Amino acid sequence: MNLWLILAINSITLGGLLFLLSAGFSLIFGLMRIPNLTHGSFFMLGAYLGVSFLHANFGFWLSAILGALSMAAIGGVIERLLLRRLAGQELAQVLVTLGLSFMIADFCLMVWGGDPIPIETPDNLAGSVPILSVVFPSYRLAVVAIAVVIAALLWLMIDRTRLGAMIRAGVDDPQMARMVGIRVSRLFSVIFCLGAGLAGFAGFMGGPILSVYPGLDGDMLPLALIVVILGGTGSLLGALVGSFVVGFLYNFGQAVFPELAYVILFLPMLIVLVIRPQGLFGRIAS
Amino acid sequence: MKRVALILALAALATVPLWITNSYYVNVTTQILISAIFALGLNVLVGYGGLVSLGHAGLFGFTCYACGWLINAGVGQLPSAIAAILLTVALAGVFAALSLRATGITFLMITLALGQIMWGIAYRWISVTGGDNGLSVSARPAPFGLSLEDPVPFYYATLIAFLVVVVAMYAFVHSPLGASLRATRDQPRRMTTLGYHVWMIRFLAFLVSGLVVAIAGLFFFYYNKFVSPYALSLTTSAETLLMVIAGGTGTLLGPIVGAALVVIVKYVVSAYVERWNMVLGAIFVAIVLFMPEGLVPGSTRLVRRAYGYLRARRSRAKPVAQGEGGP
Amino acid sequence: MSKRTLRRRTFLKGAAAGAAAGAFAGGFAAGFPWAPAIAEQAPIKVGLLTVLTGPLAQGGLQMKQGLSLFFEEKNYKIAGRKVDLIIGDTGGNPAGTKAKAQELIERDKIDVMCGPLAAFEMLAISDYVIEHKMPTLALAGAENVTQRKPNPYFLRVSATSSQAMHPMADYARKEMGLKKVITISEDFAFGYEQIGGFQQVFEDEGGRVLKKLWTPIVTPDYTPFLAQIEGAGLDGVVQGFAGSNPIRFMQQYANYGLKKKYPVVGGETAGDDALLKSFGDDAIGLVSACPYSYAYPSESNKRFVAGMVKMTGYLPGFYAAALYMDGMVIEDALKKTGGKTDNPDEFMKALRAVSVKESPRGPFHFDHFGNVVGNIFIRKVEKKDGKLANPILKTYHNVSQFWTYPEAKFLAQPVYSRDWPPLKS
Repeated sequence: MNLWLILAINSITLGGLLFLLSAGFSLIFGLMRIPNLTHGSFFMLGAYLGVSFLHANFGFWLSAILGALSMAAIGGVIERLLLRRLAGQELAQVLVTLGLSFMIADFCLMVWGGDPIPIETPDNLAGSVPILSVVFPSYRLAVVAIAVVIAALLWLMIDRTRLGAMIRAGVDDPQMARMVGIRVSRLFSVIFCLGAGLAGFAGFMGGPILSVYPGLDGDMLPLALIVVILGGTGSLLGALVGSFVVGFLYNFGQAVFPELAYVILFLPMLIVLVIRPQGLFGRIAS
Repeated sequence: MKRVALILALAALATVPLWITNSYYVNVTTQILISAIFALGLNVLVGYGGLVSLGHAGLFGFTCYACGWLINAGVGQLPSAIAAILLTVALAGVFAALSLRATGITFLMITLALGQIMWGIAYRWISVTGGDNGLSVSARPAPFGLSLEDPVPFYYATLIAFLVVVVAMYAFVHSPLGASLRATRDQPRRMTTLGYHVWMIRFLAFLVSGLVVAIAGLFFFYYNKFVSPYALSLTTSAETLLMVIAGGTGTLLGPIVGAALVVIVKYVVSAYVERWNMVLGAIFVAIVLFMPEGLVPGSTRLVRRAYGYLRARRSRAKPVAQGEGGP
Repeated sequence: MSKRTLRRRTFLKGAAAGAAAGAFAGGFAAGFPWAPAIAEQAPIKVGLLTVLTGPLAQGGLQMKQGLSLFFEEKNYKIAGRKVDLIIGDTGGNPAGTKAKAQELIERDKIDVMCGPLAAFEMLAISDYVIEHKMPTLALAGAENVTQRKPNPYFLRVSATSSQAMHPMADYARKEMGLKKVITISEDFAFGYEQIGGFQQVFEDEGGRVLKKLWTPIVTPDYTPFLAQIEGAGLDGVVQGFAGSNPIRFMQQYANYGLKKKYPVVGGETAGDDALLKSFGDDAIGLVSACPYSYAYPSESNKRFVAGMVKMTGYLPGFYAAALYMDGMVIEDALKKTGGKTDNPDEFMKALRAVSVKESPRGPFHFDHFGNVVGNIFIRKVEKKDGKLANPILKTYHNVSQFWTYPEAKFLAQPVYSRDWPPLKS
């Protein structure tokens, strides 16, 4: 009984973290059609930057925000200098984002070293909370709460603001959007910065759970890809649902079928893709 | 001129052991050839078919495991090799059936998933694959009694395979199937309208790709006499894809140049530069910035531009009489 | 397409071939062995196969630091010969290991090789090393290399995977009084061999292993496994995590309130002293067994620790210590052969005959398979003066890879694996 309860709660918390990671990827891919294979590196670099701020005594939450902002800025530079001129060239985008991920990974190794850096849970969230018959770390619950808040904010932005309307238009039909006068390139920059910033924020938030180490980028990227493909690209609801599905698969799959650990994550995605290529809630058929 | 360059290149390759006396570098050349075969196989889909796959290492590694397992089970070298190739082509068929339901990024994701599943199986099915300890064999094959254990004989065996693959690729590209494939890359809807079975063309291309990749896998396995799940990893798929894109898709020379680039940076440059990963990444970014179509087409373009510029300067010096000349 | 375009393309092809040829000619010239000076003995070339990029880089860097420190202390001169240390980065994967081994052995013509780090790297080059008669002092704990499939050119200064877990089980059973445990480790050879070794000794002394949990090497979140740690009469958890995983594991273990319930007992990598700087307070109370401890009070160790703290700012761990001692062994063997390394079999014999009295881990020598016999330390993580410390609780002396089992009996049983020893259900 305890086992299932812990697994169920953790599915939700892992889902929350995954949502923070994947929302950015989904937006970038949905709007800009760029398979941003540097996304895992954004997660990792954001975490490392946050760690540096933390060690400079900026405090946990401020470090998280500063890390996210730095990551957003770096993302903006990358988009402006490199990705903008590659619109529509899928192969070149794959090459450049992979090349960048190599560089960022080596850069992190050079600056922060090969040792994993754990991030201390902030004091007011350091304990555990009793839930029914089990004890659950408070910090993880906080992560879910934050993910839900951010999901709500993103939904508000996309559904209720003009910016959101432009984004939706861009996702549905970029050429038409341009013709109607929407400054699509500026929109792209905004979205890419937002995506990168979210990933960086997620990286630091994940720190107290996962710690920050070389290889974190390669561990998180496949998860983001699975979430987005499963849930459907360009759809925030898809990213949310996909995150929880993957969180659920990860926890229950690992416990019940440990031998099939890797297959468990990819098989459902494969099944969904083969039956419904645009994902559960996707609006774009590739 | 073309023939001269070709003969020069062939002569250089054929005499490698003469002007590269250190066996270490002969081995590096062998590895370049093996990677080039792999890249050429991937290029069938990526370059000529317009289908980007991130799961081809799943096929590549599968050949290694199939061959190794059969040899260790007592099956002879030649039957093991043939069986491994046939099994890989069959697996390519399965991959194709699943992934060709989509194109573009979805195709990429399905192939990635398939590659990861193969990797997961290699990792977990320990009784068959040995898990992360890998699978090893004690000897390379000895065709017609000639031992391939030393670097030089093995290099020649690989060179022969490489040349066969290049000729076969050339034939494929210029064949009706190759032409149809390129047409489905450029104008899939028109092809369907014209009555071509686009799915079947792509399916056959996938099988061809699988066959070439299997050959690469075979020689990779013989070279190391060992395979581990790393050979099926996403990193391996990504590296080979990078070789193809960096060298230039849709050309025959491109993947070969790309393979040489990556192997040289990985194994030769890394001896002098500790941050070789960053160097490799920077090279890829530079290629995208200055030669997004790849090294081979890009260099051709730059040289052509240089030629044109030089010619323009020369003709500016000579005044052209009215009515004469012209573009 | 015009003829001119074709000509330019083929010109390019030739140019590419030419450039490649040039690169190789350059490389070949760089690797060409210049004739050594006749008067003085040529420097001894020591190769180090380690991991400097990628996820295993943390341990690999420590290997490099340990070996470099030793040679620096000797001013890169041992037994009258200068030392040429050549380092190869394997990238942490078997293909890279093979490539770098070839580079060191065939291109650089090294005389002796230290490393590689991981078991799967060692297995990829085991046959190659025998073929080329290269004396190899590896860190990798892969058991069969010194047991059922012995490699005559192999020497292990560190330990087999289970060597430290045997005394750990003895300590857990006799001194901690644990009776029923659950084990958890990564799902690969190093994990199986550690846990197998623990289980065999623990159960032979009357204990019982209730469950064996195996996690993928890459596990960001241990929750699904931690949730399974419960059982009637359970009184301890045994872990064999490696690399950086112990840090995350201990943190998450404490998060779920398990730290208050069951003490944790670990292997050599689980409580490695080099992790002390990264561990949080969650690791306090972790009891582990290791062939090395920074707290061992020998003169040699005090010098080693001081040197490492000066070089890196942190306490050294098992990886650095093992490579430092590799250097000691090489020096001793070289003195025995009068500085000669031209006969690899003679040099190998001298290496295996080395018996050290004073070292950072105390006295050690090698069994006839080339595996070390020496001290194993049981330590416990504590907090002292606001910092984490790992003092020694007990020292087991002269521990061999077979523990107290007769060699023939041990070799007759299968190698430790996922299912061996089997669970007594």
